Amino acid sequence: MMWTTLKQIRKTGIIRENVPADLELVAINNIQDEILKVLGRALTIRLVDAGSCNGCELELNALGNAYYNLEGLGIKFVASPRHADMLLITGPISRNMLSALLITHEAIPEPKLVVAVGDCAVNGGVFGESYATIGAASKVIKVDHLIPGCPPSPAEILQGILNAVHYRLKKRPYFD
Amino acid sequence: MILTRVNEQGWQENALRIAENHGRLVTLWGRQSAPGSFTMYAVFFDSNVGLEGMSLRLAKGVTSYPDLSNLFPCANRMQRAMWDLLGVSAANSLDTRAWLSHGAWPDDYFPLRKEFSGREVSKENQLDEYSFIDVIGDGVHEIAVGPVHAGIIEPGHFRFSVVGEKTLRLEQRLGYAHKGVDKAFERYSGLSGVQLASRICGDSTVAYSWAYCMALESAWKWKVPQRALWLRALMLERERVANHLGDLGAIGNDAGFTFGLTQFMILKEQWIRVNKTLFKHRFIMDCVIPGGTLYDINREDVAEILKQCKHTLREVKILKGIYEEHTGLQDRFISTGKVSKDVANKLGLTGLAARASDIKEDARELFPTYPYSELDFNISGAESGDVAARVSVRFDEIFESLRLISEIAEGLPEGQTQSNCKPPKKPTFGFGWIEGWRGGIFAGLHLDQTGQIDRAHIHDPSWQNWPALDYAVIGDIVPDFPLINKSFNLSYSGHDR
Repeated sequence: MMWTTLKQIRKTGIIRENVPADLELVAINNIQDEILKVLGRALTIRLVDAGSCNGCELELNALGNAYYNLEGLGIKFVASPRHADMLLITGPISRNMLSALLITHEAIPEPKLVVAVGDCAVNGGVFGESYATIGAASKVIKVDHLIPGCPPSPAEILQGILNAVHYRLKKRPYFD
Repeated sequence: MILTRVNEQGWQENALRIAENHGRLVTLWGRQSAPGSFTMYAVFFDSNVGLEGMSLRLAKGVTSYPDLSNLFPCANRMQRAMWDLLGVSAANSLDTRAWLSHGAWPDDYFPLRKEFSGREVSKENQLDEYSFIDVIGDGVHEIAVGPVHAGIIEPGHFRFSVVGEKTLRLEQRLGYAHKGVDKAFERYSGLSGVQLASRICGDSTVAYSWAYCMALESAWKWKVPQRALWLRALMLERERVANHLGDLGAIGNDAGFTFGLTQFMILKEQWIRVNKTLFKHRFIMDCVIPGGTLYDINREDVAEILKQCKHTLREVKILKGIYEEHTGLQDRFISTGKVSKDVANKLGLTGLAARASDIKEDARELFPTYPYSELDFNISGAESGDVAARVSVRFDEIFESLRLISEIAEGLPEGQTQSNCKPPKKPTFGFGWIEGWRGGIFAGLHLDQTGQIDRAHIHDPSWQNWPALDYAVIGDIVPDFPLINKSFNLSYSGHDR
């Protein structure tokens, strides 16, 4: 069994891809350097699903696969909001998730970045505003960056996360 | 499906007869059928009869109907949800706690009633406390988890009552992802509603959109070209493989075997990239449309599909060998999260979880719509009802789906992939039932004379299977919960709607 496992690992090799060249990446080629320059350490992210259909979550999970190698770039999803630099929000902000979302946002230490991922969190998507949903995340929380798409691809999400970091750097130093 | 109109007595008698014949409840819904009057619908599956529906029109002003949860425990949450959304309740039901409503809208606001637009916004921000069932005794304590979970997962709350590490009881609180989908459907026409149906549950978008389209096409007697139906089956099986690949990796990971996650996620990524090449979307969203499919495939695509099936088969076989020979993994899988056949039958367990508990049930075999009626389909199954059984069913289903995909790609009939239809100028009703990767997805669709949706009810198999998860964890240790949960991987969004 051990032998088969090792053989499989060797056969797979390293399949990490470079950041897709077809995307207009605001951040430079070497993402790791950029993140270190901006943050001085790894970027940690807390996700809150505020009523998503699970499509965006599938793509966020895909970011962790060997092709995108998120953690290798110095970006990590964390369990506790207190360990996070960035809040990612998906879904059309269901009213049943509103207070959990606000509490999580509150628990993230300043300075924090907030990014809305997917059409629902960006503008309400097909669900919009109703008795059950609020719509765009920006109606309840100050959002720094938007990543539209239904769902956005892992490469688009990656680009969006980097853009958010980059824009913040331009506006004012992120961490002293 | 036969849809019989019954009175209150018939509602109970029918349900009793089906329960005695070991039939099961597929779904239940209600609608406002005229000003101030409501109609309830229940659909059953009985292996002798097939799908069987009944409708009960309540007299004007009456807002209760006979309870079905005493015969079919899974009816409990469906009935509570119907109270929350429509304000019609099961008479003398023992559990009347709100289910989908958490108090974000007023108690006397029932969105599915026609006097409401669904756009009303309550100033109420304070959510209700939920009365969980207490477990008391020496050393018993509670662990509350969620709705925000540690990883990248959908929202839901789990309340464990434990002694030491042992779980005595799990109680779920769902509804956090409620998006008002049923009401939102009223804004759509029969033709455009598929856009919303595809976004109820992102991991099952093909199954949902097909079930919806099947309902619309049966309501309007719309003949769909053969080639389109074969393409839909191709998409559905591709969706099944993608999800099983991802879950098998995540199950390995939850048992501490990261290698499994890495390997399966690579296979999944390769798989969904081919989806993107074939159907312009990684999860094949918006590709099943009323009357057919949005895209067709050509000869080169077929070659690519066959090549990928071969590659995936070879890789999954290697990984299956590794999983099976890994004693540490098997130690975690075997006997963990067990749902016995008896409990599964009582709870109406469905889909892949039922097949892992020795219940040979699959809509592709029981209700074989074209092209499944033409394909050589073998139902998968296992007997032990534990995590190991659900893992084994998932491996089997990958192999079977890969075979089916090759069979479909090679046998694809020539012809159109879309057809048109003139909607009838009268109110219509249609239904669809599609075996998604979790289980059967049922769509009931009521349309008015202008072709606008009057009521669309789309049922996720998670309604049946969530309560079974409560049973599966009893007696196991808390750290096994993520593993057990992942082996089912039930839908939050599909359930909460």
